[in-house]
Amino acid sequence: MKNDSFKVLSPTAILGYGFPERSFVRGIEKRPDLIAVDAGSTDPGPYYLGAGKSFTSRSAVKRDLELMLGAALELSIPCIIGTAGGCGAREHVAWTEAIIQEIAREKGYRFKMAVIYADVSKAEVLRALGQGRVSPLHPAPQIAAEDVENSVRIVAQMGAEPVFKAMESGPQIVLCGRCYDPVPFAAPAIMKGFDPGLAYHLGKILECAAIAATPGSGRDCVMGTLYMDSFELESLNEERRFTPTSTAAHTLYEKSDPFHLPGPGGSLDLCATRFEALDERRARVSGTRFIPADPYTVKLEGVKHAGFRAISIGGIRDPILIGQIDSVLTQVKGQVSEALGSTDTLLFHVYGKDGVMGKMEPEKNRLSHELGLVIEVIAGDQEQANAVCSYVRSTLLHYGYPGRISTAGNLALLYSPSDIPCGDVFEFSIYHLMQVDDPEALFPIEISEVGP
Amino acid sequence: MTEAPLTDIAAVIRSKNAGPYELTLDIMFKDEKHYRFLKQIDYFTRELFAGLYGISVENILKVVYFDPASAVKCTLVRSLVSGSIGDSDVYGAQQHAPLLFLKVPVAD
Repeated sequence: MKNDSFKVLSPTAILGYGFPERSFVRGIEKRPDLIAVDAGSTDPGPYYLGAGKSFTSRSAVKRDLELMLGAALELSIPCIIGTAGGCGAREHVAWTEAIIQEIAREKGYRFKMAVIYADVSKAEVLRALGQGRVSPLHPAPQIAAEDVENSVRIVAQMGAEPVFKAMESGPQIVLCGRCYDPVPFAAPAIMKGFDPGLAYHLGKILECAAIAATPGSGRDCVMGTLYMDSFELESLNEERRFTPTSTAAHTLYEKSDPFHLPGPGGSLDLCATRFEALDERRARVSGTRFIPADPYTVKLEGVKHAGFRAISIGGIRDPILIGQIDSVLTQVKGQVSEALGSTDTLLFHVYGKDGVMGKMEPEKNRLSHELGLVIEVIAGDQEQANAVCSYVRSTLLHYGYPGRISTAGNLALLYSPSDIPCGDVFEFSIYHLMQVDDPEALFPIEISEVGP
Repeated sequence: MTEAPLTDIAAVIRSKNAGPYELTLDIMFKDEKHYRFLKQIDYFTRELFAGLYGISVENILKVVYFDPASAVKCTLVRSLVSGSIGDSDVYGAQQHAPLLFLKVPVAD
């Protein structure tokens, strides 16, 4: 019986990462009840939320959306997009919405779309902070009002409730701002009465598409079928399969504790979860429970502006210099200190030494036969960052270190121009839980008709 | 007791962010037998990871054994928040190297 199962097609791990059309068509032939995709992540760092830009390319996102929208309209099933534009702030939602409108115009599609926003005003966070409703997600530090004031953009991860509300008007497309990654996959099934523990766990896996399959891929399609007491996973590419181990192992991915996965309004408990082989290619999962939390909390993400960056990249091949690199860089730092403003930061990243692990590098005394050096300067404005970077680069290039016999220059500069202005620097400033009375109230919904 | 390089008995050794403030290390074993033995003797302690990374035990948040995947997970506090000034691994994807040189006890 149709109502006893719910099929969710996940085309790709991040909207814009792409997927083979063959896998997608095979999924569509199985007549899914929903197409859902996650478009976001905090992994690319604070810049994209701060700048209001996407970390995926417009043409790649458009290509993925064209296939997804076309199929959703043909089958008359909803298509839900989570964390639009990578970070899910208003600018990211608008960027994705413009792509959807362009596709509708070009293809002559007409449909109803719900857009759910996830921006949180500073005033709202300040009020919550004052009422003791904001707590840090360990190990993030507690914030003060000043940290909120200094944030350039704050979003909250929505739970399933705003999507429930948006679905009431029967939209073809639901475009979500920042949301808990499993929500686009799980919300419609929970509305139909399926178990939230199983629905969210299925969503946790589907939001990464075929990453949980073996061999894994973030660019291939997966079908998840939810039943009342379990769910099943099937790769839509014959070359991949879901095994109990590959499926279980995914629970570890990017999580701190595989048994307890917190989200908006509750957490997933995997202590009694069973991972079984359904056949050679498919896995079945059961036993995951959703434990509601009281009070209901949402996760806030915010970034602050931290200056402007300029860098210069050079290589060092001279063993006499390599042998004393630490002391030479310290001396250069001393020599340029008067050119540095009090708020400027100068960093040397020495690849071939400890450029990747920094202080955690265990091989402290091994040096490569060549070193890669990135000179990094962060200052209050771009002009100052450029000027200091240039000064440091030229000082180091001609620095007369002890025993120097290569008197023409100390750096193999990679490019002309040697100095690269990198623009704005942002840092995460808010990564906190905020208690809310109403899980819908923070997330306004706009319904519109799209198309000619 | 016999020892074996961890790289011989593990299928996956990796690091990644678990949110911008944490780094998480995963070791998945090829064979459940080796996993069970190391779990039984509680080989993977917070102290072991603190020593490997030269950080204090307080910065090792937890070590979890996960039977369904024959896996051990260790989560630690990032010394610098992802993408902040001075951070050199935004995704935290290349912090697993100290585990690659580990020799671990195996059942005789």
